[in-house]
Amino acid sequence: MANTDQEILEGLAEIVAEETGLDTADVLLEKSFTDDLDIDSLSMMTIVTHAEDKFGVRIPDEEVKNLATVGDAVSFIKGAQD
Amino acid sequence: MTSAREVVVTGLGATTPLGGDVASTWEAALAGVSGARTLENDWAEKYGIPVTFAATIKVDPAEVLSRPETKRMDPSAQYAIVATREAWADAGSPEVPGERLGAVVSSGIGGIQTILDGWDTLRERGARRMLPMTVPMLMPNSPSAYVSLELGARAGTHALVSACASGAEAVGYAVEMIRSGRADVVVAGGTEASIHPMPLGAFAASRTLSLRNDDPEHASRPYDIDRDGFVLGEGAAVLVLESAEHAAARGARVYAKIGGVGLSSDAYHITSPDPEGTGQVTAMRFAMEDAGVTTSDVVHVNAHATSTKVGDLTETASIRKLFGSDADHVQLSATKSMTGHLLGGAGAIESLFAVKAVAERLAPPTINVENPDPELQVPLVRNEPAKLPGGDIAAINNSFGFGGHNVALVIQNA
Repeated sequence: MANTDQEILEGLAEIVAEETGLDTADVLLEKSFTDDLDIDSLSMMTIVTHAEDKFGVRIPDEEVKNLATVGDAVSFIKGAQD
Repeated sequence: MTSAREVVVTGLGATTPLGGDVASTWEAALAGVSGARTLENDWAEKYGIPVTFAATIKVDPAEVLSRPETKRMDPSAQYAIVATREAWADAGSPEVPGERLGAVVSSGIGGIQTILDGWDTLRERGARRMLPMTVPMLMPNSPSAYVSLELGARAGTHALVSACASGAEAVGYAVEMIRSGRADVVVAGGTEASIHPMPLGAFAASRTLSLRNDDPEHASRPYDIDRDGFVLGEGAAVLVLESAEHAAARGARVYAKIGGVGLSSDAYHITSPDPEGTGQVTAMRFAMEDAGVTTSDVVHVNAHATSTKVGDLTETASIRKLFGSDADHVQLSATKSMTGHLLGGAGAIESLFAVKAVAERLAPPTINVENPDPELQVPLVRNEPAKLPGGDIAAINNSFGFGGHNVALVIQNA
């Protein structure tokens, strides 16, 4: 069940690309969801919904505001899987 | 007649069962092509739906929209955006301040596929799996809102709902917005995307759909003696309407003018038209008075004509009642014989067809009329397009909706 950090990044990049139209190669660990990827709150919740489904984890709403970068999200998902 | 706020049509866009744009749709309509086809699914076996065909959209919007756009918009909004982009480019992408630009795009049913997908997700997978965009996708004003966002329209964004009259009512409302001075340019039209087992099953339950499963292309046959109901269609059409001064000032190409808008309601029955046709006559009369034309000026009517037993004849009786002997020189076209019934998109695509007919002096044909109903009271354009006369002419697009809504628009040469 548990994925590697790289697998999570790749999976997340696919979800972000579907939602935003960005290239998966642009979805890097240090990128900010709001400032770099221009993702609004509704899109962020869409990404969270798909990520929960894909990685089999629960990302509570109160946690989402702490996920500033793609790396934050990868770490949270990794931690939630372990 | 020239008033200070005359309204003209400067751009056209469409995506329909006949084609992914206006040119291909119009070409197919003039050639008498049917957009009805057998549905490639298991709805009949799985749910017992007695109808196995529909007039599905010819070009999947996924071919022209980005992936995020198709995920963020219900198909009804996707169709509207495809048509809007074409219409806006066709109008020359006018420079107009957002405060002077309006958007009026109607849907008869709204984001029904999103509603039903959301319900499926909730029941099968729970609330946590529901997508956050579900509400903005399902709301019936969503197509209009996306058009407003697309163009930066800030003079007002509206979505009038009157079932199968919605698209025509949108055009009428847009005319009023320009006449009243609220806007200089309004993008107006209608859209529908309801080819899904639930609405198909529901229309079948109302006994209004054709059951000609073995021959879809000949199922929509308004005014033929053997018609047995309408064919569910989908798609969108959008018109760029503009005040005549605004269009002239920027040197815009003008297709036609929308000279008159007539509205009425039957208050007779929730689905059946008033058999006396009183409301239909009133709508047409108001529209002609509004345009300053008489029955002798009207050379073409794009009929609502859905291919149902009662509806088709009520309309021609209404025309005959209002026009008297002038009905003899009306060229009547029932384009649903080719497009199927686009519901909320119908009044828009048929307004577009009437605009093209006036601009090109060519009325599109009515196909599949092998044996005209002897009670048909107006000359019908059958099989081949019919030439319209030169000089000043007027056409009427009639659109009627479940609920007793009657809309008539008068379209005149520019």
